[in-house]
Amino acid sequence: MGRQILINDLDKEGVNTLSGYKAIGGYTAIEKALKMKPEEIVEEVKKSGLRGRGGAGFPAGMKWSFIAKPPGVPRYLVCNADESEPGTFKDRFLMEKKPHILIEGMIISSFALGANTSYIYIRGEMMYVFHILEKAIQEAYDAGYLGKNILGSGYDLDLHVHCGGGAYICGEETGLIESLEGKRGNPRIKPPFPAVVGLYGCPTVVNNVETLANVPWIVNNSGDEYAKIGIGKSTGTKLISASGHINKPGVYEIELGVPVEEFIFSDKYCGGIRNGKKLKAVVAGGSSVPILPTELILKTAKGEPRLMSYESLSDGGFQTGTMLGSGGFIVMDEDTSIVKNLWNFTRFYHHESCGQCSPCREGTGWMEKVLHKFIEGHAQTKDIDLLWDIQRKIEGKTICPLGEAAAWPVAAAIRHFRSEFEEYVHQGKNMIDVKHYYRLNNLQEA
Amino acid sequence: MQQDSSASKYSGKKHVKFSDDALALAEKIMKRYPDKRQKSAILPILHIAQAEFNGWLSVEVMDYVATLLKIQPIEVYEVASFYSMFNLKPVGKCVIEVCRTGPCWLMGAEDIVKFIEKKLGIKEGQTTPDGMFTLKTVECLASCGTAPMMQIGEKYHENLTFEKCENILDDYKNKGEEISHWRKERIKHHTDKHI
Repeated sequence: MGRQILINDLDKEGVNTLSGYKAIGGYTAIEKALKMKPEEIVEEVKKSGLRGRGGAGFPAGMKWSFIAKPPGVPRYLVCNADESEPGTFKDRFLMEKKPHILIEGMIISSFALGANTSYIYIRGEMMYVFHILEKAIQEAYDAGYLGKNILGSGYDLDLHVHCGGGAYICGEETGLIESLEGKRGNPRIKPPFPAVVGLYGCPTVVNNVETLANVPWIVNNSGDEYAKIGIGKSTGTKLISASGHINKPGVYEIELGVPVEEFIFSDKYCGGIRNGKKLKAVVAGGSSVPILPTELILKTAKGEPRLMSYESLSDGGFQTGTMLGSGGFIVMDEDTSIVKNLWNFTRFYHHESCGQCSPCREGTGWMEKVLHKFIEGHAQTKDIDLLWDIQRKIEGKTICPLGEAAAWPVAAAIRHFRSEFEEYVHQGKNMIDVKHYYRLNNLQEA
Repeated sequence: MQQDSSASKYSGKKHVKFSDDALALAEKIMKRYPDKRQKSAILPILHIAQAEFNGWLSVEVMDYVATLLKIQPIEVYEVASFYSMFNLKPVGKCVIEVCRTGPCWLMGAEDIVKFIEKKLGIKEGQTTPDGMFTLKTVECLASCGTAPMMQIGEKYHENLTFEKCENILDDYKNKGEEISHWRKERIKHHTDKHI
């Protein structure tokens, strides 16, 4: 346990530049890859067991193998750098510190997919990272890693960065494609999947930043070697964005399979709960995944230690489990109001719903309003059931997963913290949470 | 469309046109997309337009962007009104965007907003009477490990405390006029050569 392959060498000087990246062994995988057949690279990625790091966890090699190859039609690779899931900041960190690992991963992946033009779709808000990427891409062009006839292989690739305009929904791959075509980011009905009809109607693969950044290592060391890292079907490492009430928030690269308890409390990672408080709950994979109370995040319902892996975190389904998601690990201490936090998340989904599907457009707004009644102190017991009912009527009834993303946190909060909702009902105005006002600057409560 | 009725008064120009630098950059960006797909460049070009015209998009500016991209004005309006980064009303020289989502909220973003509201004497969504600051709250800016945070222009200000906010705002206030020039500088700095 404890291997790192993505951010292990950030302390080396100049890893954000091409020469610094080459000094740590960067751009060697390209030379190897361009001598391989594209199918062989896809095969290695399949063998590696690498799963999509954006949140869905779909096997990357399999996604690549679905790409249609009609003759004479261009294919595209698009990197999803529209990192907007609350609690997730690993991609921004990686692109800022080590932009060339993404560029190398994209060149190899584009070659494997037969794409001659690829795009990095980055959030507009991260404009400073956009400039870092543009500079890095220019360096790669100057060094002959991009452009015509890369390293004499006869393979041509143009790589561009594209900036978004501020919309969570563009993190959904078809919403992202629509946005890249210059339209509103309304997700498309699937099928057809982007692998068949994607950008400009052409076969397209959309992969997360971290997914693509793993590809150079896989090419250099083989898929079988990669599969040895991690645990079971959760192969490799994962960047975890740790935030909330912990002593050491930040991005950690973990080997999949680290116990959750170790991740939260060991000094190697989060360093425990700050100010000596107790742990109350964790949202383990970005705001969309179900929240779990202390007893269920540290141990599964069967009493086994919960591990940081796709399988272990989802053990028990949504009744007692959650998901690894994007790795946005939000920790809440004993003073946190679950109801108020849920209102904050729900307000977010209401704000970010694209408005195409009625259940999501209307439902997220209704949930926000009902939750507001709780925190204003005039909710009734029946409002808990109303919330449950609304989330059930959103889940599975929308074009894209934003519906589920909005519904799951509500369902989980009621499932695990129903008594807290009831307390809001019974205590009314007295429940209005004041504690968090005093957190900042370590003020004492009056 | 939340267009202000006095919009044209603010934009101050009847014949909107990009500066030469901005125009050159816009044309370069359009070439990144395949033939007849120049509409793809709409988001980057709207960002340039905001930088060129005081941080917001008037109807005239959006119409101009439509002519650049050879598309209908409605195609620009519907995009500009969808994405949260585009301001359809005039804003101050310095737009403060405080993250209010999830982890930032847990770490006290509400207090930061209240503090700034008090310091500037405005409410969220408003602009100070001198036209210097606009205060906005925005959704997660992917800086959760350094919460609470806010963005001013392209810069992330992280691990905020009241004291830090005070200093940052004073600093921007002292810089005054410089801020509007930063946006234009950014366009000039956009010196990638690869196309």
